[in-house]
Amino acid sequence: MIDLILTQTLNGLASASSLFLVASGLSIIFGVTRIVNFAHGSLYMLGAYLAWTLVTHFGPADALGFWGGVLLAAALTGLVGVVIEVLILRRIYQAPELFQLLATFGVVLMIQDIALGVWGAEDKLGPRAPGFKSFVVIFGNRFPTYELFLIAIGPIVLLILWLLFQKTRWGTLVRAATQDREMVGALGVNQRLLFTSVFAFGSMLAGLGGALQLPREAVTLHMDLAMISEAFVVVVVGGLGSVTGAYLAAILIGILHAFGILIFPKITLVLVFLVMAVVLVVKPYGLMGKAPVGHARSHGPAAPLMLPADGATKIAGLIALLILALAPLVTPDHILLTLTELVIFALFAASLHFMMGPGGMVSFGHAAYFGLGAYGAALAVKWLGAPMEPALLMAPFLAGIAGVVFGWFCVRLSGVYLAMLTLAFAQIAWATAFQSVDLTGGDNGILGVWPSAWAASKAAYYYLSLTICAGAVLLLRLTIFSPFGYGLRAGRDNALRAEAIGLDVVRLQWVAFVVAAFCAGMAGALFAFFKGSVFPTYMAIPRSVDALLMVLLGGVQTVAGPIVGAFAYAGLHEQLMKATMYWRFVLGLSIVVLVVLFPRGLVGTALMLRERRRRREKPAAALAEASR
Amino acid sequence: MTIDRRSFLAAASAGATVLAAPSVLRAQGAAIRIGEINSYTAQPAFLKPYRQAWELAIEQANAAGGVLGRKLETVFRDDGGKPEDAVRHAGDLVNAEKVDIVAGGFLSNVGLAIADFAAQNKRLYLASEPLSDALVWAKGNPYTFRLRCSTYMQAAMLVEEAAKLPAKKWAIVAPNYEYGQSAVKWFKELLKRAKPDVEFVAEQFPALGRIDAGATVQALEASKPDAIFNVTFAGDLTNFVRQGNTRGLFEGRTVVSMLTGEPEYLDPLGAETPVGWIVTGYPHAEITTPEHVKFVEAYKAKYNDYPRLGSVVGYDTVQSIRAAIAKAGAVENDKLIAAFKGLSFPGLFGPITYRASDHQSTMGAYVGKTAVKGGKGVMIDWRYADGANYLPSDAEAKAMRPAG
Repeated sequence: MIDLILTQTLNGLASASSLFLVASGLSIIFGVTRIVNFAHGSLYMLGAYLAWTLVTHFGPADALGFWGGVLLAAALTGLVGVVIEVLILRRIYQAPELFQLLATFGVVLMIQDIALGVWGAEDKLGPRAPGFKSFVVIFGNRFPTYELFLIAIGPIVLLILWLLFQKTRWGTLVRAATQDREMVGALGVNQRLLFTSVFAFGSMLAGLGGALQLPREAVTLHMDLAMISEAFVVVVVGGLGSVTGAYLAAILIGILHAFGILIFPKITLVLVFLVMAVVLVVKPYGLMGKAPVGHARSHGPAAPLMLPADGATKIAGLIALLILALAPLVTPDHILLTLTELVIFALFAASLHFMMGPGGMVSFGHAAYFGLGAYGAALAVKWLGAPMEPALLMAPFLAGIAGVVFGWFCVRLSGVYLAMLTLAFAQIAWATAFQSVDLTGGDNGILGVWPSAWAASKAAYYYLSLTICAGAVLLLRLTIFSPFGYGLRAGRDNALRAEAIGLDVVRLQWVAFVVAAFCAGMAGALFAFFKGSVFPTYMAIPRSVDALLMVLLGGVQTVAGPIVGAFAYAGLHEQLMKATMYWRFVLGLSIVVLVVLFPRGLVGTALMLRERRRRREKPAAALAEASR
Repeated sequence: MTIDRRSFLAAASAGATVLAAPSVLRAQGAAIRIGEINSYTAQPAFLKPYRQAWELAIEQANAAGGVLGRKLETVFRDDGGKPEDAVRHAGDLVNAEKVDIVAGGFLSNVGLAIADFAAQNKRLYLASEPLSDALVWAKGNPYTFRLRCSTYMQAAMLVEEAAKLPAKKWAIVAPNYEYGQSAVKWFKELLKRAKPDVEFVAEQFPALGRIDAGATVQALEASKPDAIFNVTFAGDLTNFVRQGNTRGLFEGRTVVSMLTGEPEYLDPLGAETPVGWIVTGYPHAEITTPEHVKFVEAYKAKYNDYPRLGSVVGYDTVQSIRAAIAKAGAVENDKLIAAFKGLSFPGLFGPITYRASDHQSTMGAYVGKTAVKGGKGVMIDWRYADGANYLPSDAEAKAMRPAG
């Protein structure tokens, strides 16, 4: 038994090293540029693929060929990072917080198709590393020497990073920028160069992490997304921007994995998220992270004031609603199906926007409530034999109750920590649905959740969805401009001052969280009856990301943004999927282009342009008046 | 009634003549449309060869004059691995594209979602690949048929071999989702039935695509089993094999393994392929039946690559659709459904019948051992296990179905 424990510890340490390389890069990039780099997993995958090509080309048997190939692959990945930073990210640093996430997600999609096109669909198994091909016997078990090498790499890289950050000017600047980047800029440091170099360095670490996996794991097209969520967990558990924290967290996660499979072989998927939830509840800024200095939302432009719609906008909204209401009279059935889906997604996006925009709480796990709504409906039908109407009524309460519980923990955090805690809860909810095969059917889902006879026709179900969704969106809108909404926005903009005038910010946020969860649950329940079946994918990470993309694309600080964003993103997604097999590349490219063209989101940029034109017209009118 | 494959393959080989005189052979009336939904971007390793062979089969069919004098046409849709998107495509294909048949599916949950859509809309759905037993049994419906041999059938084929082994203590490793869980369930149940004295000493369920191979191998090693039953595939399998080889997990132990002999999963292993595993798969280079040889030649000529198992599934799906339309003499939904019940057609592996009782086809798989030849993984000592011999009786199967 003792030998097993010791060997598993070594196994955990070996996995921890590659995790640490990727996570440290992610952490450094976030610390300096405040970019949540979704594409970091893709860079890891690129590093592995490039290493495979280079090592095979140089000759895997030759030590120089192998290690040269690995290092060159890491350097090339760093170059790819430079290209991404210079071409895309540099143009949108001034955009609102988290907006860059959209761009990096576009990059993820593009790299997926590029990798498929360049390297093909088949998995690649790399050669073993020269000098580390065999094993040694430790504690009576064979242990691969390459794993020992990996165990050593972790502390070595940590030491190099420490020296780099403590002993060089560049490192000092990086640390300074992590603390307060405006101040670093004010002191005359070339921020552009700093940002580019940091992004390249972080990318290189990801590439190295991928390249070093070559003798250990097959290179596959799924490496990117498998790595990214885990790397995020490590960064957050360790504390954002803390490299030492990332190392500790990587070891914690690695060892947990190794022992988790001995004790709970079926919950490996969710174990890391459980740990993250516990760490964040106990230590809100991770193991080694510090509370941010000064004001939490100091970077990026201040959020523009959200104003109630003026006459013209109201009329435009009314016309849009009228068009939607009249659509079934003229459109064929299949367009109606698409519209139903878009309308449901609009409510889903609006519910996320309610907590993100006025609430200032970003959620990476909003799909949990969408999924719980869907499961609520499906379970009511399957286990209680309920018809559609009561199931639709009951379902959002399941999501709302989950919102009450999860929200209580989440609103005590802020920023990315809050977002990651929502993700942790979403993963826990997902894993519960996935594993409770007897109750939920596991990944085979619950089938036969079809609407009642009167709503079975496509037009009837469309009207049902439109009524519920439009009603809920309007209510959310009213709430934003109610005293509650103003209080929420006050808490977002300056929690201290809001508290000082007697607002209970935490409670306001908690209520907003629950409302958002309830509305998402409503959308989920409608979606369940629309599709006729419910699966754990409804609350998986991609669905949360979809919601986030819709809100960001439309513009966080606008009220109409999420609706426009939902129609734009989901509509584009659907059309592209039909039009081309390379839809991921085209969708990714479209996202990147939209992000660069509309750095405040579609609606946000439109509003800004209108505001600018108004200001320009006003002085001109005044001048004309005077000259008369 | 079945169509004679030889006659149309002969016609296909005379493709030049056909191309030279298209007007003579041009099909009468509008094309018959097939809507095909699959996870092309999520599972490209299986589905690219699948689609290539599908297109080859359509080309050959049309070169031979189509079916009922009408050409065949396919509308391909990518579901991205999401059942809800697959349902949307199904609605779109039926309502907008007006397809005559819906087919496809790789992932089990996608297959189940389309099947449920089919039941709700009373439309025929031919599931080509999804392995889930639920598709034809626990959640079977009158409108869904499935081609590929199911999880149960493949597990039964392997149990037959496993029962011959002297091994008493078994360890298990399977991906943690429905396919892995069902494979393990059937394997344990059937092996216990065949050999009551076996015991299962360890079970590992790594998350799909996320195996922590070193730790998993160590955990299995610690249980000191006589033999191992493996259900992991693709990247998980590759990582498991590499760690297992280095750590000596497979030495002196027999491994019985699902799907590992399929070129999709065997080829990436290369020289690292473990020797002597008992597997199900597809020894594409060695099957010498005339149908298969012709198919391989045509496939190589068109794509300059050898077929994978996906190719066989794609090709046979089109062939069964052709056969069904020819048998029905029409493309009306009801007539096609009636035609599929008990439909026989000559598949690439041998004759295949869609059982009327549970709508499962009798397509089989090859069972053999792995070996390394010239730095590549191959299957040796293989035999074709006809699916018909590994299915429960019609009465038993019917009892598992809710209706129809």
